[in-house]
Amino acid sequence: MKITVTVNDTPYTRDVEPRMLLAYFLREELGLTGTHVGCDSSSCGVCVVALDGDRAVKSCTMFAVQADGHEITTVEGLEQGGNLHPLQQGFWDQHGLQCGYCTPGMLMTSYVLLKHQPKPSESEIREAIAGNLCRCTGYQNIVKAVQQAATAGGAS
Amino acid sequence: MFPAPFEYRRAQSIDDALAALAKFGDDARVLAGGQSLIPAMRYRLARPAVLVDINAIDDLNYLRERDGFLTIGAIARDYALETAALVRERYPLLADTSAVVADPVVRQMGTVVGSLCHNDPAGDWPVTALAARAELTVRGSKGARTVAIDNFLVDSFTTSVGNGEMAVEVRFPTPAAHTAGSFHKIERKVGDFATASAAARITLAQDGTIAESGVAIGAVGPTALRVAAAEKLLTGAKPSKDLIRAAAREAEKLADPTPDNRGSAEFKKAMAGVLVARALTTAFERLGVGGLK
Repeated sequence: MKITVTVNDTPYTRDVEPRMLLAYFLREELGLTGTHVGCDSSSCGVCVVALDGDRAVKSCTMFAVQADGHEITTVEGLEQGGNLHPLQQGFWDQHGLQCGYCTPGMLMTSYVLLKHQPKPSESEIREAIAGNLCRCTGYQNIVKAVQQAATAGGAS
Repeated sequence: MFPAPFEYRRAQSIDDALAALAKFGDDARVLAGGQSLIPAMRYRLARPAVLVDINAIDDLNYLRERDGFLTIGAIARDYALETAALVRERYPLLADTSAVVADPVVRQMGTVVGSLCHNDPAGDWPVTALAARAELTVRGSKGARTVAIDNFLVDSFTTSVGNGEMAVEVRFPTPAAHTAGSFHKIERKVGDFATASAAARITLAQDGTIAESGVAIGAVGPTALRVAAAEKLLTGAKPSKDLIRAAAREAEKLADPTPDNRGSAEFKKAMAGVLVARALTTAFERLGVGGLK
């Protein structure tokens, strides 16, 4: 089935089987390996991408054909013109990662959070990332990173 | 693992979806949020030959009060309920539920109607729908029919939606004056299946007795279960701690859980009672009847 998906503002047309999951479409068809695959069953959140800019979705639990005609933002789409997104800067400055495996999902979930709530409270941040597992940090520095990004106007 | 191969149809209208469902019958499944169906397909627990994607049907994306009901279209997301002021202010039972389904990312895709159609024994919405006495509109090529939630939930992962039909809307009665409800569940972690869950809804009469009630439990039987014996005890009675305990005991008696790594059958039965007690206590507190003796 022929589909056209706009990923990070670039339209891509590909012929895919309907059963191809969006995470694998991004990684294997488009070579955008920033989106990770972890549990592969919608539990861990490392594969989160933004759908049409305002919805965080687990790309292991959505078919690529569903994204036909839609816009996807992946972690590769955060940086603009060589400048880190405020969220990425926050994760850097606050040591919001150790192994980095959960980071793309954390960033994209937080990216959509800040679109809806530009100034989230600490508990709202913790609640928003409840579907994203991190086994390294204990979450503290991730929360600080999102707080820094919110202060820096990360919703833009 | 990838699902088995299937044919994908994107429906542009309800009629378009119904035509595809009529054509493929039992081989077709409706794809709404897909947050239960896609994992089930990946584990090969479901192998539909055709998926009819209804996400492009904007006519099914609504959440509004009409004719004494909160009506929710088939592609309205959990997130829409969770963030709606209307739900937060007037439907506390639904607000409670929408905030704890799966996890916050899954709720941005998952739908209320889809959860009811999936009818997972551990699902949250079937429990709340029973306590709230919801009803659904099921459409087929011959027209629409209204199905009460008790008749909709047939067995584990089975509803009364027939081949060629689809559920297009669920309706929750707008609470009468002096009504409150609450949903409680125990889960090992956010996003896990419920270990046990309970929903309660209470309407108080002028004299402070209970005019009407709804009580249901989840994850402790083949489907969500209405605790009719508890409703019978509650209706007409005056709120008290003993009454809550008696209602909880009825939930324990009715619960018939399967032991797994979330707990033994004995534990889950006990939790069904505990959660009914908590749900009733919260509902009473919301009605200004706190600190019961």
